[in-house]
Amino acid sequence: MMNKSKIFVGRKISAGVVQGEALVTKQGISFFGGVDPSSGIVTEKGHELEGKSISRKILVFPQGKGSTVGSYALYRMKKQGTAPLAMINAECETIVAVGAIISEIPCVDKIDITQIKNGQKIKVNASAGKVIIE
Amino acid sequence: MQLTKKEKEMLEGKEGNAIKKSMEILVALGEIYGAKKLIDVTSVQIAGVSYDNLGEAGLEFLEQMSKDGKTRVLTTLNPAGMDLENYKNLGISEEFAVKQKLVIGAFAKMGVLTTCTCTPYLIGNNPHYGQHIAWSESSAVAYANSVLGAKTNREGGPSALASALTGKTPEYGMHLDENRNAQIKVIVKTEIKGTHLFGALGKVIGEKVKSKPTYITGIKEATVEELKAFSASIATYGGAAIFHMEGITPNKTPIPTKEITIIKAEIDKAVKSLNMDSEIDFISVGCPHASINEIAKIAELLKGKKVTKEFWITTARPTMKIAQANGYAKIITDAGAKFAADTCCVVAPIKGRFKCLATDSAKGCYYAYSKNQSKTKILPIDKLVEEATKK
Repeated sequence: MMNKSKIFVGRKISAGVVQGEALVTKQGISFFGGVDPSSGIVTEKGHELEGKSISRKILVFPQGKGSTVGSYALYRMKKQGTAPLAMINAECETIVAVGAIISEIPCVDKIDITQIKNGQKIKVNASAGKVIIE
Repeated sequence: MQLTKKEKEMLEGKEGNAIKKSMEILVALGEIYGAKKLIDVTSVQIAGVSYDNLGEAGLEFLEQMSKDGKTRVLTTLNPAGMDLENYKNLGISEEFAVKQKLVIGAFAKMGVLTTCTCTPYLIGNNPHYGQHIAWSESSAVAYANSVLGAKTNREGGPSALASALTGKTPEYGMHLDENRNAQIKVIVKTEIKGTHLFGALGKVIGEKVKSKPTYITGIKEATVEELKAFSASIATYGGAAIFHMEGITPNKTPIPTKEITIIKAEIDKAVKSLNMDSEIDFISVGCPHASINEIAKIAELLKGKKVTKEFWITTARPTMKIAQANGYAKIITDAGAKFAADTCCVVAPIKGRFKCLATDSAKGCYYAYSKNQSKTKILPIDKLVEEATKK
């Protein structure tokens, strides 16, 4: 039923439309050093998502952190097919924004990410800045 | 953000794919940081050059951009992962060399001057007071904003490349005068002399005030080399994009009422923390890249001696050529020390090769320890030469 879906409107960072399953964390992610680019598995010690794969997920996290080389790491994952389908941030910063744009990964920010739960089916219309929980 | 008609066309792809991508990066950053418009830049410095950091994906991205991207302003390049000519002598593998050369080739194709140095201001990319520029390389950013009085944010590799190809940057942060004003006064109560002590001072201040713009008093004089060392250190340990040094740097700023004092014991403690318990097996000068003045001094100290340990002088190739033309290089290499042009100890793939680096650079110590898991010692240049020639 259409009236059951929730729509959030944020800001487009990188265009595109995709559907997939949400993977949510309250912690920042470092794409250089914190994620294994060949598998998409989070390797940062003590991270909420440690051992989980972000590959082909709608990755929901507050913001990126760490080295600016992280932008290239996202590009590398996209080329290898291990990148997330889309990224939703509370507040996007330079590393994720640049990484999403050069890799053509849809990305939206200024979304209340506490409203999104792990495993939910989500549609991201980044071009319109929209996130729809189905 | 307000874009002109021409900028909109660039964003829509009318000037090709590299320009489109570049504009997407600049507009997204402008939106994130609340810029009202794009402004023209006159100079760019690009970091993210070493294949050790870029990897295959970074190389692919650069090759993609080089298909139709051409620089529109003077653009120079940060150090690469190796000396582009003399890499074999420095123990770099052929496999790495092939990849590194492809990276340099992609930049060259776009019209970037492949100078490969972190001190572009020493070799001709030398913007003047008040000019808007887009530089990456944190030490050069701090030097450009503070010592030269040019205006740049701390760019990453891709955003600097985007500025090179479009000649533009979003107007926010360091491009706006109100963000350049000092927020805290730092009173230095001890004499600071030599690159190693200016580095230690940068560490102490950086760790105390993080990236806040400072107004530093109590420094009587500073050479270009000392300011280069200080810029590198305050940016590494604190993340500052700008500092003001009373009587030395040219920017105007209101003097903050909030103040802190730095005493000799704090400088001593910083030096002690970088002097780890280990046996030196690697000596390096040139972080940031050595000036011709530093090379002349090393030549004078090394004259007629032989080094007993691996000793690298990292510098820009143009500076090395001046040293060759003036006879300094021969004295240095006759003594057994090596030039590593185009590269440095931060970005070269040397992890695991040495146990303990001795250098005059506080920044060099930071990366030797955190990136290469090497122990460190910080010493003035004359002591480094003494260590290097010890029997």
